[in-house]
Amino acid sequence: MKKPGWKELPDGGRIIKAGNADEYNTGDWRTFRPMWDQGKCTHCMICWITCPDSSIHAKDGKRLETDLDHCKGCGICAEICPTKCITMKKESDFI
Amino acid sequence: MKEVTIIGRGGQGGKSAAAILAEAALENGHYIQSFSEYGAERQGAPVYAFCRIDEKPIRIHSSVTNPDVVAVIDPTLTAALPVTKGLSDEGILIVNTLETPQQIRDKLNFTKGKVFTVDATGISIDCFGRNIPNSPMLGAIEKAASLVTLEVLKNKISDKFLHKLGQEVVDKNVQAIERAFNEVKEG
Amino acid sequence: MKAKALSGAESVANAMRQIDPDVVPAYPITPQTDIMHAYAKFVADGVVSGELIRVESEHSAMSAAVGAGMAGARVMTATSANGLALMWEIVYIASSLRLPMCMAVVNRALSAPINIHCDHSDSMGCRDTGWMQMYAENNQESYENMIFGMKYAEKAKLPFMMCLDGFITSHGIEPVTLFEDEKVKAFLGEHKQDYPLLDVDNPTTVGPLDLFDYYFEHKRKQSEGMFLAKGIFLEVAKDFEATFGSKIDIFEKYHTDDADTVIVAMSSTCGTAKEVVDKLRVEGRKIGLLKLRLFRPFPSYELKEVLKGKKVIAVLDRCESFGAFGGPLFSEIRSALYEVSKPKICNYIYGLGGREIDMAMIESIFDEIEKYTTADIKDFVKYLGVRE
Repeated sequence: MKKPGWKELPDGGRIIKAGNADEYNTGDWRTFRPMWDQGKCTHCMICWITCPDSSIHAKDGKRLETDLDHCKGCGICAEICPTKCITMKKESDFI
Repeated sequence: MKEVTIIGRGGQGGKSAAAILAEAALENGHYIQSFSEYGAERQGAPVYAFCRIDEKPIRIHSSVTNPDVVAVIDPTLTAALPVTKGLSDEGILIVNTLETPQQIRDKLNFTKGKVFTVDATGISIDCFGRNIPNSPMLGAIEKAASLVTLEVLKNKISDKFLHKLGQEVVDKNVQAIERAFNEVKEG
Repeated sequence: MKAKALSGAESVANAMRQIDPDVVPAYPITPQTDIMHAYAKFVADGVVSGELIRVESEHSAMSAAVGAGMAGARVMTATSANGLALMWEIVYIASSLRLPMCMAVVNRALSAPINIHCDHSDSMGCRDTGWMQMYAENNQESYENMIFGMKYAEKAKLPFMMCLDGFITSHGIEPVTLFEDEKVKAFLGEHKQDYPLLDVDNPTTVGPLDLFDYYFEHKRKQSEGMFLAKGIFLEVAKDFEATFGSKIDIFEKYHTDDADTVIVAMSSTCGTAKEVVDKLRVEGRKIGLLKLRLFRPFPSYELKEVLKGKKVIAVLDRCESFGAFGGPLFSEIRSALYEVSKPKICNYIYGLGGREIDMAMIESIFDEIEKYTTADIKDFVKYLGVRE
């Protein structure tokens, strides 16, 4: 991506577009991938509220698949899960 | 331009006296400036306050070194400070003291100009029951130097004190100014 | 309107009353205190509607001002010397965020040793912070510069320091003619901050992490903002003059047109210098004073034009710039003149910590620089009024 020149930037170092972190795919930083066992999940939402990258999405009170475009593989969800339904797998296994 | 130096001790109202004089002169249609020398502002420390009065706008911002009028609010300061320093041959010296102008002349070895004395402390104690010698000094300054008019000076005091301190205080101040104006002695 | 006897501090406070900013966070420091005394009284009397926040330090004062400003409020504050020094971190942030604000700086010497009196070391230390700066000669200018500065800041989207001399101007009483309240209100209009943080429907990010890939571009943009502020100064000055009939200018030329030797100075010293110019002009001496009112953005082009062809120029700095070649005003004026005929130019550092500057001292400068029309300048940087 070509970075903008100074004339194209907003004043004061402002970021005037909200939610633009969505465009920044940090998923490729990952060395471990969280694997979710839907069967064991009770949808307690602890992983959803704890994920530092908001990579766990939910709809109508149900946890959805992990957003792998943004998940950095920190493993907090696996650590915190009360039913141990999330396990961390080496990213190299998926190549 | 007329330049006035008021020398007093911190808390005696020299700064306010210079400001009131300036405000009265402004009321009279003159250009004015008033300021004082700030240092360690302790009650009792010598304080110099200044007032400039002119027919044209005053632009100078340096200190007053050659005053036309020097008023000494505290009698002990004539011994402590060179109060006549810079005073011209036509200069006017006004001292709050029980002594006569001649006694002050002798003490200060001051032979030129005009010397006035007034018992501003006594008048203040009579009028206010305590030593606030600055308003009687204003009356004495007006008699000695005719910088504004007695009327404008009294009006200014009323404007300044009526709202904050009430009619009684205004009356006492006006009385003190009038007494000093009438009682000041020249020599 | 009839002139009132007001101190410089009261004049500034009256400008604040008429501007009636939304938020004023402030912390007391001599000699700024008299401004806040007077303004706090307006707040207590209910004649202003703004919020006065009594913070626990100047660092907090500027932080609160930035927060309130970014939220969309019109903000003002005031400080002096060590207070400004403590603010410094956030002072830089305010301008970097392109936040309009008007702050009175009552010029006072920086410690150590501790000194409460006037010199320009405090605001001059902020000369690279990205704030616009004007210096006032007297109480009337202090008052007018505040009102001008508020609008200028909002038009240029940059913060503005209105500098007045500690005690000399701030505590000195002079006749001041105030404008009508309604006129000031109409002149300023309503403040509309770009992307206010309280606009929750349009959220934006303020002050994100900005590393080697963007920071430089942001600074370049900021620099352009200051550059454009020069043109905006003239526009707002025109508007100011049309509204109030009073002239705001980059500088005031006092008998400079036909002068061979010129003193360049700022603030209250200029009043005293004018008296000296009048006195020496009567003697037929071709001397003049250039009073610089706008220091930031620095009017290098305009100074170059007005000082072109002069034989000798003396620049007066009420500030020392340790280790530099002369005071800040000298360095910048000398640099501005590099491309032109290069008049002889020298520097006088004076008045530090409130040291007296009187007519005789200014006259001695003219005496000296007139000799330099034929002789060579021996010392380019001199200290005026210091005991050897």
